[in-house]
Amino acid sequence: MYSFDYVKPGSIDEAVAALQAEDAQALGGGQTLIPTLRQRLAQPSVLVDLGGCLDAGVASQDGGCRIGGGATHASVAASADAPKWLRAVADGIGDPQVRNRGTIGGSLANNDPASDYPAAVLGSGAEISTNARTIAADDYFQGMFETALNEGEIITGVTFPKLEAANYQKFDQPASRFALVGVFVGKGAGGVRVAVTGASESGVHRWADAEAALAGNFSTDAVPGAPSADGVISDLHGSAEYRAHLVAVLTRRAVAAAG
Amino acid sequence: MPSISMTVNGKSVSGEVEGRTLLVQFLREDLGLTGTHVGCDTSQCGACVVHVNGESVKACTMLAASADGAEVATIEGMANADGSLGVIQQAFQDHHGLQCGFCTPGMVMSAADLLQKNKNPSEGEIREWLEGNICRCTGYHNIVKAIQAAAAAGA
Ligand SMILES: Cc1cc2nc3c(=O)[nH]c(=O)nc-3n(C[C@H](O)[C@H](O)[C@H](O)COP(=O)(O)OP(=O)(O)OC[C@H]3O[C@@H](n4cnc5c(N)ncnc54)[C@H](O)[C@@H]3O)c2cc1C
Ligand code: FES
Ligand code: FES
Repeated sequence: MYSFDYVKPGSIDEAVAALQAEDAQALGGGQTLIPTLRQRLAQPSVLVDLGGCLDAGVASQDGGCRIGGGATHASVAASADAPKWLRAVADGIGDPQVRNRGTIGGSLANNDPASDYPAAVLGSGAEISTNARTIAADDYFQGMFETALNEGEIITGVTFPKLEAANYQKFDQPASRFALVGVFVGKGAGGVRVAVTGASESGVHRWADAEAALAGNFSTDAVPGAPSADGVISDLHGSAEYRAHLVAVLTRRAVAAAG
Repeated sequence: MPSISMTVNGKSVSGEVEGRTLLVQFLREDLGLTGTHVGCDTSQCGACVVHVNGESVKACTMLAASADGAEVATIEGMANADGSLGVIQQAFQDHHGLQCGFCTPGMVMSAADLLQKNKNPSEGEIREWLEGNICRCTGYHNIVKAIQAAAAAGA
């Protein structure tokens, strides 16, 4: 690792101020950032550890829930205040030690194209709060590793709405434990939403054809055949056609499991 | 340089570290607790698992400075006060849950976290829990048996 300074501010305001320094970077649970630093793929001047100021709580709210930006995957998975469908998403991330450190804020800030939380946030129509504003999921995800966050902006929490039915189906890539493909289906006041991770070269996205079909008939029979393989990720773990096929299979499974 | 202090296996320790010093480096190089191993560069193998405030974490994927003020437990703290093996360690020996032993400290610390959360895990639950602990020797069967035996012995 290259050398860097370390600070652990006691308040969000101090953290925001510390992140103004040139090449400063936020540190959440470190489960993505520290491996990146160990490979010398990043060279921050100072890491601003958010562990001393970020809300890490999970609270039920209006039938959905509000999760602090510093909440670990393990604490969401274990919380009785989070809906079952969200607990299952958190419980399927990585391994127990990654879940004990990794945070929802870090996962969303990173927006890895094969990560799990982005599918749940987009597929449920959740809202992301930062030190400066609230961002709707539809405006937040902007492509692989790209988000609406400004430089130095901190994710302070995520608000998930109440859903009548919801489920996330993940097809594990067995070596990394990330999603080879993952599909989140959610049915709530805003209609039916279907969000897909792991498949597109432009990151997490909604599958409009499936949403339209499921809006009138929320059943596995209504799920369309595989979407086009254009723009779908192709690598040694699976071809674009294979991933596109999985999108439809996992959507059917998610609808069946959402009940 | 951050000055840090923490409790490691019940003893207070402190030191000066660089911002980039990993918890595993602090344990191994500054404190001489070389039981915690480093097996990979990608946060995937679990040889480095220790407990921080009672939760298992990968010590290679946490900064020492982030553990300031924490209670840390390592494999060196797993033996009984008289130096004999703790229940989980003894079960690994009895059931041949190790061959080269490189993964074993992480396996034992991971198993200890599982057993504090789930006193009587099923075979499937044990295998799932060990997702972040890689062993290149045993094929896992005897590790799973050892953890089942440790659970039965009330670890
Ligand atoms: C072995 C392994 C397996 C994994 N498997 C999966 C998996 O199956 N599915 C999955 O989704 N993920 C997986 N992950 C990634 C894991 O979920 C990480 O926890 C997550 O991607 C990053 O969260 P973090 O809190 O660790 O963030 P960090 O690593 O600390 O930070 C990641 C990025 O986010 C920024 N950041 C952190 N917190 C905030 C915040 N509150 N506001 C703004 N920016 C912030 C940092 O500056 C950095 O750029 C895995 C990781 C490992 C090591
Ligand atoms: S050394 Fe491999 S996970 Fe820590
Ligand atoms: S006993 Fe050799 S790696 Fe597990």
